[in-house]
Amino acid sequence: MSGRNGTGNTPMFEIDNLHAEIDGKEILKGVDLTVNQGEIHALMGPNGSGKSTLAYVIAGDPRYEVTEGSIRFKGEDILEWPPDERARKGLFLAFQYPTVIPGVSMANFLRMAVTNVRNARAEAAAAEGGSAQSITPREFRRLMREKMALLKMDDSFATRYLNEGFSGGEKKRAEILQMALLEPTMAVLDETDSGLDIDALKVVSEGVNNLSGPEVGMLLITHYQRLLNFIKPDFVHIMTEGRVVESGGPELAHELEAKGYEGLRASLAETSAS
Amino acid sequence: MVAAPQVDIGEYKYGFRDEEDYVFKSGRGLTRGTVEEISAMKDEPDWMRDFRLKALDHFEKRPMPNWGADLSGIDFDEIFYYIRPAEKQGKTWDEVPEYIKNTFEKLGIPEAERKFLAGVGAQYESEVIYHSLREDLEKLGVIFLDMDSGVREHPELVKKYFGTIIPYNDNKFAALNSAVWSGGSFIYVPPGVKIDVPLQAYFRINAENMGQFERTLIIVDKDAYVHYVEGCTAPTYTTNSLHSAVVEIVVLEGGRCRYTTIQNWSKNVYNLVTKRAAAYKNATMEWVDGNLGSKVTMKYPAVWLMEEGARGEILSVAFASDGQHQDAGGKVVHVAPRTSSQIISKSISKGTGRSSYRGLVKVYKGAEEVRSNVVCDALLLDETSKTDTYPYIEVEEERASIGHEATVSKVAEEQIFYLMSRGLSQDEAMSMIVNGFIEPIAKELPLEYAVELNRLIQLEMEGSVG
Repeated sequence: MSGRNGTGNTPMFEIDNLHAEIDGKEILKGVDLTVNQGEIHALMGPNGSGKSTLAYVIAGDPRYEVTEGSIRFKGEDILEWPPDERARKGLFLAFQYPTVIPGVSMANFLRMAVTNVRNARAEAAAAEGGSAQSITPREFRRLMREKMALLKMDDSFATRYLNEGFSGGEKKRAEILQMALLEPTMAVLDETDSGLDIDALKVVSEGVNNLSGPEVGMLLITHYQRLLNFIKPDFVHIMTEGRVVESGGPELAHELEAKGYEGLRASLAETSAS
Repeated sequence: MVAAPQVDIGEYKYGFRDEEDYVFKSGRGLTRGTVEEISAMKDEPDWMRDFRLKALDHFEKRPMPNWGADLSGIDFDEIFYYIRPAEKQGKTWDEVPEYIKNTFEKLGIPEAERKFLAGVGAQYESEVIYHSLREDLEKLGVIFLDMDSGVREHPELVKKYFGTIIPYNDNKFAALNSAVWSGGSFIYVPPGVKIDVPLQAYFRINAENMGQFERTLIIVDKDAYVHYVEGCTAPTYTTNSLHSAVVEIVVLEGGRCRYTTIQNWSKNVYNLVTKRAAAYKNATMEWVDGNLGSKVTMKYPAVWLMEEGARGEILSVAFASDGQHQDAGGKVVHVAPRTSSQIISKSISKGTGRSSYRGLVKVYKGAEEVRSNVVCDALLLDETSKTDTYPYIEVEEERASIGHEATVSKVAEEQIFYLMSRGLSQDEAMSMIVNGFIEPIAKELPLEYAVELNRLIQLEMEGSVG
């Protein structure tokens, strides 16, 4: 079960029976999940259930091997696409643990990323007879400053090296800044709330809420219900042992909060036994 | 595992060559006759001819150095030791033979001169064929000439310092240079004169089996400042060429000299260079040394800290691609108390490339309260590339603070993945990581050269993954 918009169109983002392994160990054991345009989904589950693996596989991390199943984005199978192509087509992953790239300033990195993604979008639009703009360096600087202000990031951030010496909260903000600039149509946020104090959580959530809209699908991966006080999901899924075992509305997150994963598992077992 | 081509013409943009139309070209090989011929053609004073001949003797006696890179591909009998491409030196580019001028146009020298340089010397084969210096600097007493003109026009100054920082018997290749030197720069900056924009020299080899042996002497007088930049390229041949320069620098009390090199020889050039500076009271010497080209480079810019308060800094970047060995680093010698130094070396190796850091920190007895710090970082781009370090530390004084750290790292798969997940191609991701790695040194360069360095690395990175 997953989100339904009541339309007969192809879902925007559809994971079907996905199996994936790392170093010969199977982590994902048949994940099914569908996200339609405009929907916010939350994926919850205990440590080791495979949530982060799912995020990496969606982004195309070469460490993981997909052994079965498919991921379709706007009707196209993306599993053969390298990570950069996925990004250019509008997918985005906010990393739980962003990597440090010494010596590369945020501004230089972001300019290249935004330019590449914008150019790809412009080409795609042109191919379909429409038009979309690429970006000039001047526009880029203006846009970057604007988004940084929204996320309450100091101007000096632009000249700092990518994730180097960033605090936990700064790293998360930097991820949301990247998302805001790349304007994906499908965003996966992996534990973006972890390690944030309440003020940072508010700012980050605001950033996410700014992006969300009728065009965009979102998958929020989180361990705790806390984030969902700030970002209202349309659907909640529970993942355990490499599968989505339960899906429902926002109330599922509250039930989980009350009972814990063990409790929820027990009540699920009861339901299926009866 | 994969057979590496000796040269990769596709990657190197400066591998073109001109038809030879020379005034004089010596025969192959080196004899006493060759040296006497060079000296006679230059109409030199006796002391210089004697210096050359003593050096030749020493060169012949001295064995090939076997402690560093493999030099077995050098055949001294195959080399042309002296080529004079034109009758006279141009003061304007229009006075330079058309085809040579075109070559320097392609290398962007006249354009750079117009935009941001205070003076330019352009050497083609053995001679400096063009020279200029901003008029206001000339009026202030700044001297910027080719070395041959320096010997003729400023004999006292040259005789006082020439061969004193690097004696002719310093090493086999310094001896070779001392015997057959031609061209290079002679610079004198008078007391208190601070030259706001760089002086640049550019060295171009054109002929096959050429040996280029320029000789540079820079004297920075009290409280003066100069930034000297050199660049170099050569055509790509299947046979070897030799470049063996000697650079001597004297920085007097309170003066400062920065010497920047962007070495981009084609991959058939043996680049064996001796560079050394002496810094006196409160003087500062900075070497910024970028080695991207050549087949083999052995170069360790040195600073001798002669008097109290002197400071030496060596920033070295080396990129060893397929078939290249970059054996580079730096030396600092603390002769006087309360002197300080820093060596930062960054090397990148790719494919069958090998980069070696070789460095020396020496503190003489009596040089108290010396501070020195050495950082050398090596980055390997793949499984086949190699790196090694040879840090020598000789401290005779107890009260010295000497730091040394070295790291070797590989480009992490997760870094590539992270950047690709933001829409960068694999090549772009790799280039960005490499440019980030050398950023601490690139940011020390004037913008134009930093851009050039980034571009050259980008070129080396093309097709490096996948």
